[in-house]
Amino acid sequence: MIRFEQVSKTYPGGFQALKQVSFELNNGELAFLTGHSGAGKSTLLRLIALMERATIGRVVINGHDLRKVGRKQVPFLRRDIGMIFQDHRLLLEKTIFDNVALPLYIEGYTQGEARKRVQAALDKVGLAGKERHYPMMLSGGEQQRVGIARAIVNKPPLLLADEPTGNLDPKLSMEIMRLFESFNDVGVAVLIATHDLGLIARMKYRTLTLKQGQMINDGLAHEPQHEEGSVL
Amino acid sequence: MSSGKVNISWFRRFTMFWVHNLQQALGSLGELTRNPVASMMTIFVLGLSLTLPSTLYVVVKNSQAVTSGLNDAAEISLFLRKDLTASDVETFAQRMQLRTDVERVEVVAKDQGLREFRELSGFGSALDYLQENPLPDVVIVFPTAEFRSVERAQGLLAELSQAREVTSASLDLQWLERLQALIRLVEDALGALALLLCSAVILIVGNTIRLMILNRRDEIVVMKLVGATDGYIQRPFLYTGFWYGLIGGIVAWVATALLVWWIARAVAGVTVLYDSQFRLSGLNLQELMVLWGIAVGLGLLGSWIAVRRHVAAIEPR
Repeated sequence: MIRFEQVSKTYPGGFQALKQVSFELNNGELAFLTGHSGAGKSTLLRLIALMERATIGRVVINGHDLRKVGRKQVPFLRRDIGMIFQDHRLLLEKTIFDNVALPLYIEGYTQGEARKRVQAALDKVGLAGKERHYPMMLSGGEQQRVGIARAIVNKPPLLLADEPTGNLDPKLSMEIMRLFESFNDVGVAVLIATHDLGLIARMKYRTLTLKQGQMINDGLAHEPQHEEGSVL
Repeated sequence: MSSGKVNISWFRRFTMFWVHNLQQALGSLGELTRNPVASMMTIFVLGLSLTLPSTLYVVVKNSQAVTSGLNDAAEISLFLRKDLTASDVETFAQRMQLRTDVERVEVVAKDQGLREFRELSGFGSALDYLQENPLPDVVIVFPTAEFRSVERAQGLLAELSQAREVTSASLDLQWLERLQALIRLVEDALGALALLLCSAVILIVGNTIRLMILNRRDEIVVMKLVGATDGYIQRPFLYTGFWYGLIGGIVAWVATALLVWWIARAVAGVTVLYDSQFRLSGLNLQELMVLWGIAVGLGLLGSWIAVRRHVAAIEPR
């Protein structure tokens, strides 16, 4: 699903955000991506989402070598990736329904045709009945779940989450994580960037740890977590 | 949640594309009403900018109609000596009538001339102070068709002005030539002016759309993140430009009609003095459609330039 081969990313100005990172995330796998702020988590996610291009190395997503993906094809690749953001990135002037339906509208669905899928997605995240609300009428946790519903509404094979629990209390965070687990259960690959080490420890999934742009650990959560925890 | 892709048949994609276009078109129209002042200002700038060239066009068109009418009715006015009697005038007119190069002759006796002048000029009471009629008898000679061209008519004029009874003769061609040169000048100026104003319209629409795009930057970023193509994002803005043009065109119609009506009143005053049946004609249906088409075209072009530059420039960071 995701394959990084010796990927380095240097920003204009010379800052090297990623140094020869290699890893693979298989279809239907769930993994955490962790590390301090500035360790390169965001850069890694942005490379996957085609918001940045690798300076050196190869990134393969869904069998597409991103070096060969032209500007025009970028939107179509992104449709296969459900993205979830810490700040939700909802459209505040649109209803919850229209927010969730956005990926479907873009693919050419009409409002009527999108209804069933939107309702299924909102059901899944526990927000059934809020279709006509606006994002500002919802709590932070609910807004995050709207963002998740939008990410899954067109059933992408891969979910990327950037600090999805960043602004939530532990109980809500756990609920969100359980949600990701449930998507993973039906075969969706999930990559979650987070620095919530406690959460990672409880979940026992594969964890990729970045430090100063290098992949320093790739394995089960508890080992790097203790290491990192002691540093903290 | 299975990871199956959305499968949509080619035909459905095609129909949905048009359904979606319609929705986006109506959506952009709704967007205009949400920002009525800004939209109205742009629409009015567009419409009023087109009004000036279209009104000038109407004026030029009408003056062309007038001058082509004048061309046909080339006539030679012969001003006769004042000491001629009425019967002398009559004989002279008959002699002219007998010429093969003359189609017909019209006599404007001095009394009749004075009467018309009194009625039409507005100097009626002033004329009462005159001791005697200052006007000469006039014989208007209409050449036959083949003598109406400029050179032939001038030849005829030279010949007729030699006649013993004639003090002076005039063929109103020189002023006609001057008028035509003047009209050509106005036409050229009109072209340049229209070009300038159209460029201004494109820039104004482009700038308005640019601001709209920048205002909705966050929304565009989100749309790009969930996989919207540039085309999908551009379409509502292009439709906005389209509506600007469509409504601006109607504004241009109304404003042109008002201006033409205004000018027509002034023209009517002049044509009465010239004893003419001339009526200023406004834009016909075809010209209205062309004006509308130009307005829509400019709106689209302006928005197209803006979206080409700015939608692509907004990338998620």
